[in-house]
Amino acid sequence: MQYLNILIQGSLLGGIYALFAIGLSLSFGIMRLVNIAHGDFIVLSGYVAMVVIQATGVDPFTSLVVVVPVMFGLGYALQRGMLNQTLSGGLLPPLLVTFGISIIIQNGLLQGFGAYDHRLQEGPIETASLHLPGGIDVGVYPLLVFAVAVLCIASLQFLFYGTRLGRAFRAVSDDPYTAELMGLDNRKLYALALGIAMVFTAIAGVLFGIRTIFDPAAGPIRLILAFEAVIIGGLGSMWGTLIGGMVLGIAQSVGAALDPTWQILAGHLAFLTLLILRPEGLFPRTRD
Amino acid sequence: MKIKSAKPKAGRPAKVDHRRRKLVKLIAAGGAAAVASPWMFQSSRAAARPIKIGMITPETGPIAAFGEPSKWVAEQVSKFLGAGITVAGNKHPVQILNRDSQSNPNRASEVAADLINNDKIDIMVASSTGDTTNPVSDQCELNGVPCITSDDPWQSWFFGRKGDPKKGFQWTYHFFWGFDQVANMYSEMWLSIPTNKTVGIMLTNDPDGIAASNPQHGLPATVKSHGFDVHYLGLYPPLSDDFTAQITQFKNMKADIACGIFNPPQFAIFWTQCAQQGFQPKIMTPPKALLFPTAVEALGDRGAGTSTEVWWSHHHPFKSSLTGQTAQEYCDAYEKASGKQWTQPLGFKHANLEVAIDALKRAKKLEASAIRDAIAATDYKSIVGPITWKGGPTNPVPNVCTTPLVGGQWEKGKKWKYDLNIVFNKTAPEIPLDRPFSAIKYS
Repeated sequence: MQYLNILIQGSLLGGIYALFAIGLSLSFGIMRLVNIAHGDFIVLSGYVAMVVIQATGVDPFTSLVVVVPVMFGLGYALQRGMLNQTLSGGLLPPLLVTFGISIIIQNGLLQGFGAYDHRLQEGPIETASLHLPGGIDVGVYPLLVFAVAVLCIASLQFLFYGTRLGRAFRAVSDDPYTAELMGLDNRKLYALALGIAMVFTAIAGVLFGIRTIFDPAAGPIRLILAFEAVIIGGLGSMWGTLIGGMVLGIAQSVGAALDPTWQILAGHLAFLTLLILRPEGLFPRTRD
Repeated sequence: MKIKSAKPKAGRPAKVDHRRRKLVKLIAAGGAAAVASPWMFQSSRAAARPIKIGMITPETGPIAAFGEPSKWVAEQVSKFLGAGITVAGNKHPVQILNRDSQSNPNRASEVAADLINNDKIDIMVASSTGDTTNPVSDQCELNGVPCITSDDPWQSWFFGRKGDPKKGFQWTYHFFWGFDQVANMYSEMWLSIPTNKTVGIMLTNDPDGIAASNPQHGLPATVKSHGFDVHYLGLYPPLSDDFTAQITQFKNMKADIACGIFNPPQFAIFWTQCAQQGFQPKIMTPPKALLFPTAVEALGDRGAGTSTEVWWSHHHPFKSSLTGQTAQEYCDAYEKASGKQWTQPLGFKHANLEVAIDALKRAKKLEASAIRDAIAATDYKSIVGPITWKGGPTNPVPNVCTTPLVGGQWEKGKKWKYDLNIVFNKTAPEIPLDRPFSAIKYS
């Protein structure tokens, strides 16, 4: 029973890691954009939601109606207006630009909202739980986050493999030059891709903001876990990202059960081991 | 490849710039010499050379909440001093050079060196966690600049800098409470209500947690010495996202008292998961996590009843000997100006400056060693309590002065969402009790 509990709690933790990673997986998979500011965009979404909630009095879930389009627009404009100019110069320029964006977001939020903590409050669902036989308690909210992660990934999977837009995304990802020859507008597609990535970042940001406290500096530590989930899962594979998140979550839970000191380390070790054994990730879809 | 080729390019302009700067300096110096006669130089020196106070706190980055009031405090003190202070018979204007450590010890060290070497400050003040106080104090000790720090448990400041209790330090002084005080205060506060005396303790794997885990006089050992049944779960990584493993253990040992060092985001996860897992301790005391009212507000209704250490509050019976304001008046002024609720670091930021200014006023001469001697002879009533380094009961080691510590509990407030009530004062009876300590009420 104890092992089952560790497995369940670890998988649920993996759900939130996967949710963090989806946006990154998308922009990395399609544009090879290493978005250093990804964690800060998650936090930014939390702040946008907070402003919406304070202005209208709606609950965090409803605030997504505003937060999602805002973040989509921001992603589209950012790629179109700035990041597209950096793509021709190799991996380094977009890396540096997003690094700059990360600093701008953190300091902008600090100026605008101050250094103190915030959290989005969703009411009783936060602490509700299901009591399973064997003394296992499963939180309703973590379960919900996990379900949302699965739903997000399923919809992305459909977008990628069931629609014309998805085919275009895959084409520019595999070979941007040939795709352009065939009449695709890469710049527009890239902008759309970051816009869609931001949609999932917005969802992650709001769910994260309900789960715990955030402040302007909370972003960067989210980045590394998202990255590990993407790499473990394999580039371009959406289901892989979910599995990647779960591998991290379960590794951390097992580590914590053995000794709390090992919790985070166990996740990183799982990542390193997989990197050595399968450098291309578990389910790679994109070739480089 | 790209990085390699970029290196020499980056080096060259720097050299040119350096040469140009030298040239500009030379011209400027020549010009100044031509315009200003030696007579003018001397007279302006003797009349009113401004006194410069360097001030370093974390205003941005992960621990920025501690430095949030710094700017306001510095402005208030500057405004109050107006034309300046009298040192050794001469009136001098005072400049407070407020700098941001960015929550980063390397940056703190850099701005300290800059204030010392380029701004030629007369005295340094710095506060909020060892990441700020220690690098700044080290720079001052090295450069022979008098320095007063606060808001960091004194053991981490003194022993973290390899202080020798027999010798102490030459230039640097510190005031705050210590880990021994906090462990004692918790134990006695917990004893003040009936429980099964089973305590679950978890600590972070960072300087604070490691210091508190000391097997002889750390938190678990001290609590045990008060007759509690202590289950210490060890050090956990500070950025952890999940605490079900620890909560399961707390549940299994049937702990009435839960105690753990957390950063606010981790405590929010922990406390939510406690509710999800059905763990309802009578007492929840997380040092460090619930210092700020915003962190408690962020917990929603579940913040009520949690307890923490109180180093300073609006109800502390002290007043600033500099401005004459009581703690309550000072908090009111801050709340009016900022629109934010008072926080504990607010008082210590002010105290840090007023203690420095007191030393400057008593200095026999406006030079480093005279100011240092004045600091050593301090016997001052500050807004956070009496400060002295003359070697009394509040000086456990040289250069350190302890300040009083009491226990507090968060409760739904009227003006603000949550108020911090003082619920235990046996450790410092001069600080009035708001109400007695009580167990958490679950709905």
